[in-house]
Amino acid sequence: MPVYLVALWGKYVCYALLALSIDLIWGYCGILSLGHGAFFALGGYAMGMYLMRQIGSRGVYGNPILPDFMVFLNYKALPWYWYGFDHFWFAAIMILLAPGLLAFCFGWLAFRSRVTGVYLSIITQAMTYALLLAFFRNDFGFGGNNGLTDFKDILGFNVQAQGTRLVLFSVSCIALALGFFICRAVITSKFGKVLVAIRDAESRTRFLGYRVENYKLFVFVLSACMAGVAGALYVPQVGIINPGEFAPASSIEAVIWVAVGGRGTLTGAALGALVVNYGKTYFTSGFLAPYWLFLLGALFVAVTQLLPRGIVGTWRYYMSKRREQQAADDAEAAVPPAPPPSATSLLARPAE
Amino acid sequence: MADQKTTSAMLYINGVSVSFDGFRALNNLSFSVEPGEMRAIIGPNGAGKTTMMDGVTGKTRPDTGEVVFDGGVHDLTSLDETQIAELGIGRKFQKPTVFDMHTVDDNLRLALKADRRTRGTLFWKDSSEERDRLDIILKTIRLTPSRAAVAGSLSHGQKQWLEIGMLLAQEPKLMLIDEPVAGMTDAETKQTADLLREINRDRTIVVVEHDMTFVRDLGVRVICLHEGSVLAEGTIDQVSENERVVEVYLGR
Amino acid sequence: MATSGNPLAVDVINALQEGRLLFNPADKKVYVRTAAGTINDAATGTPAADVKAGDLQTVRLNNRVRRGIDAAVGALTLLSPDAGKRMDAAKAVFKSREAGALKALDVAIAKETEPRVKRALVDARAAVILNTPTASKEENLEAISVIRERGDQEARSLLTNLSADSHDDIKRAAAAGVASIDASLQLWSAAQNMWYGLSLGSVLLLAAIGLAITFGVMGVINMAHGEMVMIGAYVTFAVQEVIRAYNPALFDISLVIAVPLAFLVTGCFGILIERTVIRFLYGRPLETLLATWGLSLIIQQAVRTAYGSSNKDVGSPSWMSGAFELGGLTITYNRLWIVCFTMFVFVALLGVLRLTRLGLEMRAVTQNRTMAASMGIATARIDALTFGLGSGVAGIAGVALSQIDNVSPNLGQSYIIDSFMVVVFGGVGNLWGTLVGAFTLGIANKFLEPYAGAVLGKIAILVLIILFIQKRPRGLFALKGRSVEA
Repeated sequence: MPVYLVALWGKYVCYALLALSIDLIWGYCGILSLGHGAFFALGGYAMGMYLMRQIGSRGVYGNPILPDFMVFLNYKALPWYWYGFDHFWFAAIMILLAPGLLAFCFGWLAFRSRVTGVYLSIITQAMTYALLLAFFRNDFGFGGNNGLTDFKDILGFNVQAQGTRLVLFSVSCIALALGFFICRAVITSKFGKVLVAIRDAESRTRFLGYRVENYKLFVFVLSACMAGVAGALYVPQVGIINPGEFAPASSIEAVIWVAVGGRGTLTGAALGALVVNYGKTYFTSGFLAPYWLFLLGALFVAVTQLLPRGIVGTWRYYMSKRREQQAADDAEAAVPPAPPPSATSLLARPAE
Repeated sequence: MADQKTTSAMLYINGVSVSFDGFRALNNLSFSVEPGEMRAIIGPNGAGKTTMMDGVTGKTRPDTGEVVFDGGVHDLTSLDETQIAELGIGRKFQKPTVFDMHTVDDNLRLALKADRRTRGTLFWKDSSEERDRLDIILKTIRLTPSRAAVAGSLSHGQKQWLEIGMLLAQEPKLMLIDEPVAGMTDAETKQTADLLREINRDRTIVVVEHDMTFVRDLGVRVICLHEGSVLAEGTIDQVSENERVVEVYLGR
Repeated sequence: MATSGNPLAVDVINALQEGRLLFNPADKKVYVRTAAGTINDAATGTPAADVKAGDLQTVRLNNRVRRGIDAAVGALTLLSPDAGKRMDAAKAVFKSREAGALKALDVAIAKETEPRVKRALVDARAAVILNTPTASKEENLEAISVIRERGDQEARSLLTNLSADSHDDIKRAAAAGVASIDASLQLWSAAQNMWYGLSLGSVLLLAAIGLAITFGVMGVINMAHGEMVMIGAYVTFAVQEVIRAYNPALFDISLVIAVPLAFLVTGCFGILIERTVIRFLYGRPLETLLATWGLSLIIQQAVRTAYGSSNKDVGSPSWMSGAFELGGLTITYNRLWIVCFTMFVFVALLGVLRLTRLGLEMRAVTQNRTMAASMGIATARIDALTFGLGSGVAGIAGVALSQIDNVSPNLGQSYIIDSFMVVVFGGVGNLWGTLVGAFTLGIANKFLEPYAGAVLGKIAILVLIILFIQKRPRGLFALKGRSVEA
């Protein structure tokens, strides 16, 4: 596989992991986050900070401590929140901790006061927007407008080298698989059934004695950490992280991947991310580029209108309908037409 | 009515008022339900029946008054829905609310009395006792044949029964049941009355219903609510002969 | 020259200031280039036909000379018959504080009849006295009190810059004067912030109110609302283009034409969107969010394709340009008009909701959709009309925003999140909530700005709203009742 394709597909795989994390909360718990890009970007920035520190004195200004942009902006010393990022283990912890902590604080506030539905979506959007504004500032200490870039090494290997890229791609795939299995374990457990119950009838779940806010908070933080990992793997493969990742538009775009693939199906979320992004690359690199936004917009409208279950959801629905039909036909052929046992029950009236 | 306060009451409601934007849904409502009792509540639309249930289960917080549960141990007005449910109050809604996307089995499994914490449910394994209990409840509510079907595919009456089954699975001390026989045939209504009487052997029940035949079938003490307070209380015959009840509710 | 009183002196000095005074090294004579381009002899004022412009050098100014000139012109024009010129002259002298102007000032004050100009002359005289080392203590104290009365930034700097070796009493009086000026300046700056806040608040209200209506009645958030605003702005642009091409005389009423037109265009657009997309998504508010976001992408890109992504030039009618001063406040006419216009739109909407059949039915649907439907209200029609109304109001907002912001395809995007915040903060189902929400956010924003900077102020507001939702998850003016899902 050519180098550029490895990097490209590595990027898609990270997007797929992000889509998985969105699906976990939206598809299974009904929380539509329009700010999940924020967690993705925070994970990315944590990784970016590690990569910046690895540059050492090889930067344009050759300062062994300060990254180039800090020298340029007349920083005298490394800001305290950059301490520790020269160690990979520290960065790895922060990749989970930074998005997780933000999700915890935000979720704790929002879910406790029962902010749901579109209200929640709007304030998640406000959250990522606030972060976008903050990270654009030069004095915030994260490189402002330009973000973090010009990475050299990761764990001592050249990030540009083909071998490193292949390894990063494989690690992304492993992370996606791991994310998939974690999500699967969560949703097939009783915990997952409670999540779906919350999605379909939140107040009923409360009256059953479940502490809904704790369930939401747990799954929200888990999802944010997954998004953070996705962002962290994304950064060395594309070679840059900038505040644009916080833009509300990119978060919403990630939601449509899930919708296209089929929310409430894990394979669908991942597939949706791959399909839409492959389409995006295909379209935006050709003469059709000016029409990409039309197509993306139309995709939003079409999926919500015509394919609310998404690709995988529709496929499964169709298959289960067919199986039912098959079973009904088989039953008819096998047994002489007689009222099924429950027909004698007074409750078995035709569905209304 | 304050002098009636006894420590023995399962549910003791005293002087409760609730208003929404100037409209008084409950107006100094007071009554109490003894342990092991079944109580029926009737009344015209807007009499405050559902709001009373909301007040007890924590969905609506009363503006004034006290709601005390289980012999005066717990003050419900300071608790939220989850805490109240954990104390042992189960509720069936007016509109049957089951988890449509879950199977009948899973609906009951979620309702089963068990560890409700996130950690508990993440690593949950059904025990054999729980499976037995599920089977018993399924039999009671006659849904064993459709246990694997998703609840959304059930008929209206079946959903009502499933919801009662979920209440049973919760093993509450007090069950609040809102219009259990709405949309049921006469035969089903009779069955439901039998079922409730059976459940009443171990549990206290408050049931809200419009269907007077059903209430008569239950054969329990009746409260008639009107404009947010108690209009009449007594046996079904006493209540239905009350002048005011006939005027505002039953009609002449 | 200034004391010569020669009528030509003003010309010469003006020419000197504007770099039109020329010097011919050949005959050592000074010439003036007039506005028309001819060259006059400075001493006689007669045209000097024989001098070539190329031979002349411009007489250069240094700062000391320049100040002297200001003062000289000031002194000369203090006695001008034109009140406006006298006023300007008084201001010029106040700035220059040239001691030489004192005599001219005394004469001018004695002669002056117009109180406004007299006031300026007295101020100028006080400023000159403070700058005259030979002035007596009493004169100085009196001057300080005059300057203190004036109470603006210039007066403050005048008092703080008093020479250090002056008498203690004078120093004390000056310090007291500075303190008093500071207090009044602070008051004025608070008032100015308040005004900016009101102006921002009315912009937010205009942008959010349509959103609040659709959200209240239909429970859906229209992510394409910002694009409706943008379309409204482009309608204004189109109207002005047509007027420029066919009848430039009508330019002053272009906005009057644009308002109803924008309302119609975006209103129809809104109804179209409701009928073709949103109608099928009722009961699925999150999907509506996504679908309308898709629409917003399409609309933006369509406008970008049609008009290009650069900013369009939308002009202001003459009655909207300029500014006036109210005490220490500077109020621009376009902001003032927008505040008035917003109030007008608000009252009109309030009227529609309170007094018309449509409004009654809309309120019914807001409070209880099922009940309204069962009472025979055609909810589908109400939904379409509501969406049309909300979009139409967005279009009107676009007309107003075209006056203060760049008209580009991204116009809507820059307001949408703020509008959401207004709606979330104010609550739905009550226009007053939106009003209070918009003005609170607008004013809070402008008061935070001086302390935190524009960006941090905005972040702080967003964080505060997220915290506010804690206390009131449904906003300031939330509907209560059994039908409201908790």
